[in-house]
Amino acid sequence: MASTVDKAVTTPSRPRTVRLPGRQGANPWRRPWAMEGFTWLYIIWSIVPIAIAVLFSFNKGASQSTWQGFSTKWYVGRGVTSVLHNPSLHHAVTQTLVLAVLTTVICVPIGVGFGIGIDRWRSRTSTGLNFVMIFSFVVPELLLAVALFLLVTQALTFIGLGTEAEVAGLVVWNISWPAIIVRARLVSIGRSYEEAAADLGASRLGAIRRVLLPLLLPAIFASAVLVFASTVDDFVIVEQLSSTAATQPMSVLIYANVHGGLSGPALNALATIMLLFSVAAALIGFVAYRWMTRGERTSGNADALTSIAGI
Amino acid sequence: MTGRGDSDNRRNRWLWIGLAAPGAIWLLVLFVVPFYVMLAVAGGGINEFFQTVVPIWNPLHWSTWNFSAVWRDIFGSGAFLGSPALRTVLYTAIATVISLAIAYPVAYFVSRYAGRRKVMFLVLLIAPFWVSYMMRMLAWIDLLQQGGLFNSALSSVGLPGNTNWLGGKSITVILGLVYGYIPYLILVLYAYLDRIDQSLLEAARDLGLSKWRTFWHVTIPLSKPAIVAGTFITVLPMLGDYYTNQLLSGAPGTTMIGNAIEGQLDAPGETGQGAVLALMLLGILLIPMAYYVISTARASRDA
Repeated sequence: MASTVDKAVTTPSRPRTVRLPGRQGANPWRRPWAMEGFTWLYIIWSIVPIAIAVLFSFNKGASQSTWQGFSTKWYVGRGVTSVLHNPSLHHAVTQTLVLAVLTTVICVPIGVGFGIGIDRWRSRTSTGLNFVMIFSFVVPELLLAVALFLLVTQALTFIGLGTEAEVAGLVVWNISWPAIIVRARLVSIGRSYEEAAADLGASRLGAIRRVLLPLLLPAIFASAVLVFASTVDDFVIVEQLSSTAATQPMSVLIYANVHGGLSGPALNALATIMLLFSVAAALIGFVAYRWMTRGERTSGNADALTSIAGI
Repeated sequence: MTGRGDSDNRRNRWLWIGLAAPGAIWLLVLFVVPFYVMLAVAGGGINEFFQTVVPIWNPLHWSTWNFSAVWRDIFGSGAFLGSPALRTVLYTAIATVISLAIAYPVAYFVSRYAGRRKVMFLVLLIAPFWVSYMMRMLAWIDLLQQGGLFNSALSSVGLPGNTNWLGGKSITVILGLVYGYIPYLILVLYAYLDRIDQSLLEAARDLGLSKWRTFWHVTIPLSKPAIVAGTFITVLPMLGDYYTNQLLSGAPGTTMIGNAIEGQLDAPGETGQGAVLALMLLGILLIPMAYYVISTARASRDA
């Protein structure tokens, strides 16, 4: 219904409002055509190149500008450089998944605990730790990556470059997501539920487990989705902290091969797989978030969308 | 109520400390300590024979050797770091201005006028956020190749279609930076603009202000925090960016300070100088970062 109405309104050949001379008298609720057109131009600019790149990962030939028919050979084909049969491409997919799962599993619990702890334990130390956490959120990724590179090569050499260092770095780079999101949710929940639980005889730990955690679940879930997707897409930290080809995830492999090397549609296929991981995480996150916050006053599609995007 | 909360907090202090501890330790060991290591490497020396770094852990013994070497590279004769530094500032400034000019109207439109189609617009604006940076750059590399679709499109409308866009053009790198970081900017602007109380704008109109004057005297002042936060969100990563120009140009004529840091870090015997460069960048960014951190902490306390 809504879409048909909108279509009628957006048809530019039939303007619905009469333009009045003079600004003072103009209808203030007139649709801002120019701004809407500009927004659509931006959206086209931001999405079409990606759609073309995805499209050409299914090209029959090796060209990235001429369509030669549909084929999945760059994904599963034999005899060409395909994601399934080229060991380095194949390995990069696995490495990305390993990093994303490990990082999410470590980062979300300690980030959530950090968020709750910092929020409730009001002291000079917790204020300082909060500052450190927000600093880790705004510091340019390259600087953190360089610092971590020097840490594992000069000081904690027992970690060394490789998967362990990558996970350690990704966790510290992403820890602010769960911490910040959980803190924001704690503010909106308030203390009353917990206090009611305490008045009804729940122990402190019981109140956290039975009352606070269920209320925080949407926030925890949203942050897990964000951490997972941002780990899949991460480049700078994993590039600095990976050692050999064996520990290079998809993003690093694409970067290393864009100019020469394994170029062609196989890279597009790899990037498309990366895209699928993130989109799957986003979709699962959206549906689950909507389900978990059903019946809440502020819930809605827009709220769920912005929550899983971290805004 | 606060009184009770306080006594409660005191009793449960160890519970909260215990909950925060794993994250706190992780942050200390893998965020605070690494920057100390960076200082130790920057203030350290090198093993002349192996060309390896010798970090000095005691701040009292730090040498200024790496610092003066970097200083010579920037300002001395035969300096090669001056132009990347200047270029970084220039590229970042231009890309930020372009990003704001594009992002503000888009975020403003979606927050104020999208109406019932808001969810659809949000999906479309958030979509690039879920696409990796590498994928978005790869998409443009495909398009901008010499035989690529962009050049074909140009020649089909009668323009010269054989430009080598990926051969070291500043414009490509700047627009690449814009394309890379603008989704974050739009989301930040949207989040702020969406919270502006519409009744203030209606009041301004009711009191007889024209549309443009309402925008200039009410909306713009109200969206100042949005513009400041959005600028931080784009400027900070752009200043540490080394991959965009590497992907879209690869020519020495477009390198930025991030490339210098990365290059020196891996060069034998120059790791210390890479650390110095990273520290210098950190030092410059410390003021805006501290401002951002303090204003965020204040906002979350007031909430």
